[in-house]
Amino acid sequence: MTSQLIEITEADIAEERARNPGAFAAPLRERMKAWMAWVAATALTLFCLHRFGFLSGDFLHGVAKFGDTVISQMFPPTGYESLGMFLKAIGETVAMALLGTLLGAVVALPLSFLAAKNMTRSRPIQFGTRRGADLLRSFDYLIWALIFVRAVGLGPLAGIMAIAIVEIGTFIKLYSEAIENLDRKQIDGVTSLGGNGMHRIWFGVLPQVLPMMLSNTLYMFEHNVRSASILGIVGAGGIGFLLGDRLRAYELREACLIIILVVLTVYAIDYLSKFLREQLIGDHKRREPIDDAVQV
Amino acid sequence: MVTNPNAGPDVSVARGVVARFEKQYAVYRRKKQVTMALFGGVFALCVITALITTKFSLWTLVEGIPRASEFLARMLPPIRLGTFGQDFSAWYWGAGEWFNSLLNTLLMAYLATILGTLIGGAISFFAARNLAHNYLVYWIARRVLEIARTVPDIVWALLFVFAFGIGPVAGVLAITTHTLGAQGKLFAEVNENISPLPLDGIRASGGNWFHEMRFGVLPQVLPNYLSYTFWRFELNVRSATIVGFVGAGGIGHDLFTAVQLLYFADVGAILLIIVATIMAIDMLSEKIRHSAIGKASFSH
Repeated sequence: MTSQLIEITEADIAEERARNPGAFAAPLRERMKAWMAWVAATALTLFCLHRFGFLSGDFLHGVAKFGDTVISQMFPPTGYESLGMFLKAIGETVAMALLGTLLGAVVALPLSFLAAKNMTRSRPIQFGTRRGADLLRSFDYLIWALIFVRAVGLGPLAGIMAIAIVEIGTFIKLYSEAIENLDRKQIDGVTSLGGNGMHRIWFGVLPQVLPMMLSNTLYMFEHNVRSASILGIVGAGGIGFLLGDRLRAYELREACLIIILVVLTVYAIDYLSKFLREQLIGDHKRREPIDDAVQV
Repeated sequence: MVTNPNAGPDVSVARGVVARFEKQYAVYRRKKQVTMALFGGVFALCVITALITTKFSLWTLVEGIPRASEFLARMLPPIRLGTFGQDFSAWYWGAGEWFNSLLNTLLMAYLATILGTLIGGAISFFAARNLAHNYLVYWIARRVLEIARTVPDIVWALLFVFAFGIGPVAGVLAITTHTLGAQGKLFAEVNENISPLPLDGIRASGGNWFHEMRFGVLPQVLPNYLSYTFWRFELNVRSATIVGFVGAGGIGHDLFTAVQLLYFADVGAILLIIVATIMAIDMLSEKIRHSAIGKASFSH
């Protein structure tokens, strides 16, 4: 059998275009809408640039200053004599992240059952728990830290509480989503064998959701090491306290050393957490919803 | 002994298999229990170390509860139904200034999202393994993105405040830097995941390089780019509320001042503005995201 290429003429194309215009270009209205969106976005950008003074000479002056003074005064990093103190503060930072995440997970676990549609029959309770979790999440760690420093004083406790509060919100959301996605059949199986509510949760629900929960919790711990490293800027303990102090005193070389240490710590924790997730749960690939829930 | 000549050997084989299974299962269980015990022990040790390092004391926490609740109570001044209007306007005495700060916060987040996405998007093409041809350029692009997003935005804000002074410019630049790092990484992953098939198709039907990019690459990556950008805007609004703590503009500055001066009612009023804004932005952004991307399906 031989195949033959059909000769397409301009006339054929025109005919097809007349018959099926949507295949060649979007309708004019659609295209206008898209253009309007782009024009509006550009106009708003220009307005912002103008409003904040990016288009003035001051901005160029600032750029020059950033290059000349800030960057050149950061290198080479110094302050190795205080390395012991910095490392201790980094240890405190990791400890804050660990305790904050743990506290958040422990409080959120029972509440996440209340927030799951398939576990709680009462809509107001389920909806209320979800919205409450959203409320806790909607303030940044630093805002909670600022408030807790006032309530419990300067130091790591305020940081732990700030992380725990945000994490209660995050974990209620993540855990309850995991619970909502579980397979009903295993719970029915436990019920058919005469299991009560506790049995249903212990043998029907937890084995299904625990790997996901552990993986999410580890991931949030990893994320919270980053958060904990800055909470000290408002006085909530950890390496951020020293970093803020050095930056405000214009000790940029020492600040640079601290930043390098923080970045190295974050990398180390990332690798450790990835390793643990693979060991514990065989979770080779990061799950999607968690990446949507937190900042990269 | 009477045995079924057909079933006899089968049963013994099955027994052997069951016994072997039981034995292996016991070994497997033992191994798993040891591993779990080991992990549990190490974990407990970590928690205890953490408790000691941070001098965690339940007592301080319990002591703080009345102070925190007093704090909360003073953040909500008495608002009576009879004089609602007066009470409310007294509470929001600084409304004009606060809403101006709020507008600045939103515009800072918007501008930083746009600038960070443009710069990060440009870098992402060099940081995508399938598009970068020069390994050195690829390596540098990856490291630049990594540094930009690993250093927290509040630290960038502190640095930029030195050069650009107190005000929103430092905040915009700080959030832009963090955004370009995050967007560059995410976009590079999107670029790496495109299917080459549409490009082949376009080339086969006589399209040039521009056609390939416009009709082959862009439709594949744009929905994801847009989705990430809206999502990043949500996150940047949150960031823009806090960079003011170190003088980088936005409503965080008002909040920080109010907390420092112990103007509790103001703190409550500003927090209410922030939470309302963030919830509204989240909802709006989700709606826009669905309507803008609903038509085009995700490529992976």
